[in-house]
Amino acid sequence: MSDSILQFQNITKRFGSQTVLDNVSLDVGAGEIFSLLGPSGCGKTTLLRICGGFESPDNGRVILDGKDITSLPPNKRAIRTVFQNYALFPHMTVWDNVAFGLKIAGADKETITREAGKYIELVQLTGHEKKKPGQLSGGQRQRVAIARALVNKPKILLLDEPLAALDLKLRQRMLIELDTIHDEVGITFLFVTHDQQEAMSISDHIAVMHNGSVEQVGNPVELYEAPKNSFIAAFIGDTNFFDGIVESVDGEYCTVAIKDFPSLKVYNDKKLKKGDKVNLSIRPEKFSISSTEPRITDAHTNLLRGKVEEVIYLGAHTRYWVRVQDWRISVIKQHFSYALDEKNIRWDDEVWLRFEGDNAYMLERYTQEDENLLALPDI
Amino acid sequence: MKRSANIFLLSLPSLLWLLIFYALPVFIVFLFAFRTSDAYGGIGDKWTLDTVRNLFSPGFSAVIWRTVWLGVVSTALSIVIAVPIAYHLAKMSPKLRNIVLMLIIVPFWTNFLIRIFAWKVFLNPEGILRRTLVLIGLIPEETMLLYNQWAVLAVMVYTYLPYAILPIYAAAEKFDFALLDAAKDLGASSFQGFRKVFLPSISKSIWVAVMVVLIPALGAYLIPDLVGGPTSEMMGDRIAQSVFTERNLPRASALSALLMITVFLPLLLMTALKWIFGKDDEEEESRTMGARS
Ligand SMILES: Nc1ncnc2c1ncn2[C@@H]1O[C@H](COP(=O)(O)OP(=O)(O)OP(=O)(O)O)[C@@H](O)[C@H]1O
Ligand SMILES: [Mg+2]
Repeated sequence: MSDSILQFQNITKRFGSQTVLDNVSLDVGAGEIFSLLGPSGCGKTTLLRICGGFESPDNGRVILDGKDITSLPPNKRAIRTVFQNYALFPHMTVWDNVAFGLKIAGADKETITREAGKYIELVQLTGHEKKKPGQLSGGQRQRVAIARALVNKPKILLLDEPLAALDLKLRQRMLIELDTIHDEVGITFLFVTHDQQEAMSISDHIAVMHNGSVEQVGNPVELYEAPKNSFIAAFIGDTNFFDGIVESVDGEYCTVAIKDFPSLKVYNDKKLKKGDKVNLSIRPEKFSISSTEPRITDAHTNLLRGKVEEVIYLGAHTRYWVRVQDWRISVIKQHFSYALDEKNIRWDDEVWLRFEGDNAYMLERYTQEDENLLALPDI
Repeated sequence: MKRSANIFLLSLPSLLWLLIFYALPVFIVFLFAFRTSDAYGGIGDKWTLDTVRNLFSPGFSAVIWRTVWLGVVSTALSIVIAVPIAYHLAKMSPKLRNIVLMLIIVPFWTNFLIRIFAWKVFLNPEGILRRTLVLIGLIPEETMLLYNQWAVLAVMVYTYLPYAILPIYAAAEKFDFALLDAAKDLGASSFQGFRKVFLPSISKSIWVAVMVVLIPALGAYLIPDLVGGPTSEMMGDRIAQSVFTERNLPRASALSALLMITVFLPLLLMTALKWIFGKDDEEEESRTMGARS
């Protein structure tokens, strides 16, 4: 990680008897986009408000650029926020909204004109300066909020679900624009979202939060390929979970016995011993599906027979649900070649599933509670 | 065309109401100012300009001046007190807010005269307030709290304060207090946020409060009559005097007309100023409304 600019040290926050943040420690590197990702109610906004100075933690410290800012009021912190509902001043024009921070800081007329103009241009709102927030579209309002927050050149920009209020197309465009703006200003972004795709596509690092604690911090690839536990494995992307017991160990590999399922040969990442309980996560795209028996080239290749129960064609890829004994396996097939020329796999077909033992991942734990939580819809 | 005709028809009842119960009486008052009075305290049957000419009796300009300054200062004080009260009311928990709102409204259930007499008791030379103040040496022994302009001012502010609080509170309640967080986030102190974000957002309601307080304050006559001394007469007192003591209705009418003009002049001025300076604002607002609907 690059030099850290912002640190949360053992932050704990309670509202009444509810512990909303439980001993949270994080290190945010200078100049990166750092995301807080987690389901609704896990404490993301609360952590952001502590960072902005709108809440004070019951315990722990916030360090900005080496200085303890835990007890500084919001207006004394070199941190700016893009609020979830933007919180633009409705009685001011776009220009006055953006210039607000400069005026408060006591900048002279010339600086205000130059800087406000510069950031309005950066967010592509030139020509809209005289409009009031009520006359802008959702995307434009968000740009005003971003320009307004950037104009004082803060050390950190906090963004609380900045895209949540926008429709899907606009969300994707704004995500790219946010990335561009970030490259241009070089300020650290602390980005809150409950949308894993958003976080994956924009972040340098992601902290996955759950019930007020940080479950794992890592870059997007680490989180996807090496999730620490089943919660993260399921929250980020899709996966197949297998509960089993190590049957035998064979060098760096082991065989896992699974109830009502063929045994699997997998890489023994956690150095487990015979008889240990193990939880496996195998991502759908790690399986390859075929209607003819594939050739096995490797000693650690697993081959399963199953029957297709469901097919969802999605253009670039197809998702299959395949029944293997008592289990329903989710499989994704990328269409590398022209799909019309292929002999398609259809509903009720008998198929072969193949996957390499290296492509499974051993999880730390797997509890029923985690699974139940994931089953709840986002509020 | 048809639409405007419809609108006219729909507003006819209220127009008629305004005409009969508002415009007509006002017109009659203006008219009476130019009639003679008869021997029995009624209206005579001749036209005359004497009443208007003799209006400015000695000491009258002092009364006008006092009416204006008491009206303006009591309005200003009411607003200055009402704004922070409305601000805190809007931020309170709903439970506490209901209690405080009740406390503001409950005095209205007591007769106005009784409330003023309560003030007379409170400010009485033998009353607890004066004696306490003298005792702790805050005021000299001979100071009178009652029967002067300050007593009038205090009771006027007391009387009109709720009228100022209610419209401002109605606006403050709709104010999004997250905007103050945003202002703070951008470096503003609490006071700067209050002044640059809160006040402009509720400015319309402040104008409403000014109107609601200033107009009755200028016409006050019971308050100066009961708690004011001989030197705190207001226009309202003069009008009452003309009606009840002098039994000179034309003079009362002329005074009323003058008071009305005094009230309407600043109103007209303010509307004109708003029209000149606030034109862009209004236009933009109507455009916004159009875009929303
Ligand atoms: N001011 C408050 N008083 C009491 N409880 C609060 C307060 N603010 C937040 N909470 C509680 O703290 C928990 C975490 O809230 P927070 O807003 O941080 O969640 P979040 O992760 O941002 O969720 P979302 O994705 O829905 O925005 C919630 O259970 C919420 O009810
Ligand atoms: Mg939130």
